[in-house]
Amino acid sequence: MATAAAHQTVSTQTYGAQGAAGDTAAYESAFDAAVAADERIEPRDWMPDAYRATLVRQIAQHAHSEIIGMQPEANWITRAPSLRRKAILMAKVQDEAGHGLYLYSAAETLGTGRDELLDKLHSGRQKYSSIFNYPTLTWADVGAIGWLVDGAAITNQVPLCRCSYGPYARAMVRICKEESFHQRQGYELLLALSKGTAEQHAMAQDAVDRWWWPSLMMFGPPDDESAHSAQSMAWKIKRHSNDELRQRFVDICVPQAESLGLTLPDPDLRWDEERGHHDFGPIDWTEFREVLKGNGPCNEQRITQRWRAHEEGAWVREAAAAYAAKHTETGATRA
Amino acid sequence: MTAPETTAAPTPSPAPTAAALALGDDALVLSHRLGEWAGHAPVLEEEVALANIALDLLGQARLLLSMAGDEDDLAYLREERAFRNLQLVEQENGDFAHTIVRQLYFSTYQHLLYAELAAGAGPFAPLAAKAVKEVAYHRDHAEQWALRLGDGTAESHERTRRASEALWRFTGEMFQPVEGVDVDWKGMEAAWLASVGEVLRRATLTVPEGPRTGAWAAGAGRQGLHTESFGRMLAEMQHLHRSHPGASW
Repeated sequence: MATAAAHQTVSTQTYGAQGAAGDTAAYESAFDAAVAADERIEPRDWMPDAYRATLVRQIAQHAHSEIIGMQPEANWITRAPSLRRKAILMAKVQDEAGHGLYLYSAAETLGTGRDELLDKLHSGRQKYSSIFNYPTLTWADVGAIGWLVDGAAITNQVPLCRCSYGPYARAMVRICKEESFHQRQGYELLLALSKGTAEQHAMAQDAVDRWWWPSLMMFGPPDDESAHSAQSMAWKIKRHSNDELRQRFVDICVPQAESLGLTLPDPDLRWDEERGHHDFGPIDWTEFREVLKGNGPCNEQRITQRWRAHEEGAWVREAAAAYAAKHTETGATRA
Repeated sequence: MTAPETTAAPTPSPAPTAAALALGDDALVLSHRLGEWAGHAPVLEEEVALANIALDLLGQARLLLSMAGDEDDLAYLREERAFRNLQLVEQENGDFAHTIVRQLYFSTYQHLLYAELAAGAGPFAPLAAKAVKEVAYHRDHAEQWALRLGDGTAESHERTRRASEALWRFTGEMFQPVEGVDVDWKGMEAAWLASVGEVLRRATLTVPEGPRTGAWAAGAGRQGLHTESFGRMLAEMQHLHRSHPGASW
């Protein structure tokens, strides 16, 4: 309670006299106390520049992942094999656009606009999740993305609902609810294939074989190699380490794969009684780094499509701006 | 002796199959075209809006096709010549202006049609009563964009003018009576011309002069005659379903 009061006082002072070194120290200690007390930092609160920059980087990467992530799934909208599946897939891709909107808005509360972030995405200065640099080759890939990729995303994102930055945490509450629906539809899609014809079963197994390892890489490099982890944990932007979340995900997936009647492509996968977790084989970090560098199967294609949609839409955005300007002027003249 | 007057309430007639197919195919095909925009829209808000319209139309299509048979058999196993949709809705997306004008022409028509069906007591009334609310939003969305594009920049004006003219010849077909759809087609056409004319005027465009009816207008989709790109659209849409005969998804 005491920290809450101090924190609020500081945030009102932010807009008063600025600059003295003593003040900064006071702001900083109030910020630290608020984070320590698990309070939320809000847009008008004072925050360290590095905290702001870290959040912008992370939220932007998350937003970019949502809108780039639309592509591999949209690839199957026009070929969805039943009208029910088509409706579910369209709704899912639409949700992802919606998530992009919330997240760009969350970044905006930190003073960075959507246009600037899109420029950075298009010019390669900001990243998106590497998983979307893999192609969706069959209909079963839509299921594997839902089950594994959205499943991994949820494992990563549920703790973000308690992130120290308020707007991000609140956006994540809504996003996680929708993601869990996505994960279930993926599982259900794969189950229908697994229990379907021999060809459908093979299609499902092939998709899981291709998506399993890249999904494990979604949790990022091992803890001892992760560049941003320690500071983010201290700021309570991040709550669990990469390896901890990866293990949690493996433990969730193993029994689900069994229920699906599908095999996870890892001969070393086994229950470790002592640890109370599943052991799993080594991850190919060379592949991870190469895809991250831009050498994945679809890096070029994804960015080109995104950039092209943006460029080809420029005249539309210009028209909307011109129309708004004309009609605001008219309104002003009349007033 | 005169026959006694019957006092029993008339049993609601089952939905006429041909009419359910015509309206269902319109919704199915336009939904598919709008779905092609996913990941390509000019601004993120339009990714959401176009998908929303596509989803509404797909929902309508599923209900309508189910009145005529199995929705998936009808969508995936008919040949091109068996589809009864308007040629307007199968037209390729083109640029955003083309898509918006197509939507303006169709949503204005569909809104008038569903409002009339909703007010009646025929087999489509319950569906139309729900759908008319969705379609009111589609129409508003198309009108707002038509105004912005028509009265935006010189480039957007020119693109919208071209689209309004290119698609004009497909609009007469909308008012050819469909058997089993009991509405005032002539009255609807007059209301459509007045409404679309007003939107075009406010968008600083003029009403196109080309033919909407007669030998040189397009439009025989209701008779199963379609345009070239429709076959490719169906090939893509039906390929996976047809590759696994009898499979469940």
